[in-house]
Amino acid sequence: MTLEPILKVDNLQVEYRTREMGQGIKQAVKGLNLSVLSGEVFGFLGPNGAGKTSTMNVLLGFVAPTSGNAFLFGVNVREPIARQRIGYLPELTYYYKFLTAEEILRFYAKIFGLSRNVAEQRIDAILKLVELEQARKRPIRTYSKGMQQRVGLAQALINNPDLLILDEPTSGLDPIGRMKVREIIQRLKNEGKTVFFSSHELGEVETVCDRVGILVDGQLKAEGPVAELVRTHQCSTLEQVFLKIIDYADKSAAA
Amino acid sequence: MSVTKTLKTVIDFRRDIAPIGSGLTGRSGAASAWANVSAIGGVVIKELCRRKDFYVLFVLTALITLAMASASFFNETKTVRAVKELCLLLVWVSSLVIAVTTAARQIPAERENRTLFPLLAKPVTRAEVILGKFWGCWLATGLTLLVFYLFFVVIGATRDGQWPIAASFQALTLHWFMLGIVIAMTALGSLVFAAPSSNNTITFVLVLGILLLGRHLNKVALRLDEPLQTIVYAVYYVIPHLELYDVRDLLVHNWGSIPWLIWFAAIGYATVYAGFFLFGACLIFKRKPVI
Repeated sequence: MTLEPILKVDNLQVEYRTREMGQGIKQAVKGLNLSVLSGEVFGFLGPNGAGKTSTMNVLLGFVAPTSGNAFLFGVNVREPIARQRIGYLPELTYYYKFLTAEEILRFYAKIFGLSRNVAEQRIDAILKLVELEQARKRPIRTYSKGMQQRVGLAQALINNPDLLILDEPTSGLDPIGRMKVREIIQRLKNEGKTVFFSSHELGEVETVCDRVGILVDGQLKAEGPVAELVRTHQCSTLEQVFLKIIDYADKSAAA
Repeated sequence: MSVTKTLKTVIDFRRDIAPIGSGLTGRSGAASAWANVSAIGGVVIKELCRRKDFYVLFVLTALITLAMASASFFNETKTVRAVKELCLLLVWVSSLVIAVTTAARQIPAERENRTLFPLLAKPVTRAEVILGKFWGCWLATGLTLLVFYLFFVVIGATRDGQWPIAASFQALTLHWFMLGIVIAMTALGSLVFAAPSSNNTITFVLVLGILLLGRHLNKVALRLDEPLQTIVYAVYYVIPHLELYDVRDLLVHNWGSIPWLIWFAAIGYATVYAGFFLFGACLIFKRKPVI
């Protein structure tokens, strides 16, 4: 039996018109092909400006691709319904600060069409999972950064998604916060969820990911299971593989 | 693939897509769109209720209305009318301020605070976001108007012993639908103009211009030479005639209600114009990059 990819990117190109004079058009993603299978934890890596966020923007419908296609659960991402079974955690906390944690979860539950009873049960369970039960009735503007990130994780889980798209989920968190996010990702993996996430924390990626893809200058330079990449590139860690692929050694020698 | 078939596939997909035990309801396309619009509208109302400036304006208008309406000037009928007129003018001005300032900041604030990203990452169309924002602003101004008019009717009735229920209902609904056009126009402006402040100013100037001069444009056109005459006539026929909704005199002079057919036609006229502006806003927002 062949597994159908849950996330599929097909010859994706994303171009932006730059505002700087004489720069013209910037190619953020150049013919990207990618597939993520059900139940996988896929680490999407690359240096800053490699095209990771642009790819995620296309997957989430924020940006229309210049050419090529992207599919979630076999549905083109141009259709809003493609996002029915996904959860998205942005890098920074972008939530209505005047709402409380439970209000924001109720709002998103309504958007996903959760029935009231199920929504309330889910809100209780998720707030317990992200350890925000005590603060559930406080406006989000009174939360610390770590708490706001946990609200983000809670809203990403409200619809019991089959695919989670996490954009640097541990960015700006303290070691305990990072550990908790890692635990949650591991727990989701054990439940059979698919996780697609970008991160600069390579140690973390090595711990939780089944497969990784390394994007450099809009192109996928390497893809595969962590152990296989480490072996193929004759390195001992994912970090070394990453540096080798982005040609860090040569660049620093040249500098 | 035909449009109907595509739509059916999408709706069927929505029903099928809910994972077992997820609790996601298999809503139809229209029910799901309405749920999204009302959820987004609910957030707009919550935000307004938690904003201090909105409260200040609301409470201030209510207090001035109460104070002015309860002032006694030797039971002089003309004075009572003048007080009623002033109260209604105040209600008109403050409701216009609430409607324009609230609608103007909705989309720019979503973009600036980046709250649009987690929202658009959900199964929500951009048109639903625009309609939800419109619905929230319109409903909030409707609730504000209801409170103002209740004050006005109750206090007016205690002063001159008359209960103009039908005329008050017509004045309230016409006022509300007029604000619907203004809110839709402002929502469109918020996508065209970069800063909410410029949108506020332009919308206020346009609305006040239409209210004060709109009805005279055809007479002005008569005195002009071509091609200016055609241009002014075109403007006269294109602009939404907001002044039609100003029926304050019905309440001030206790003239009774207008024919219901005319009331109904005015509601239809407002619906068409608001729909036109919202359609434009949805088209622009659909093409606008959010990054």
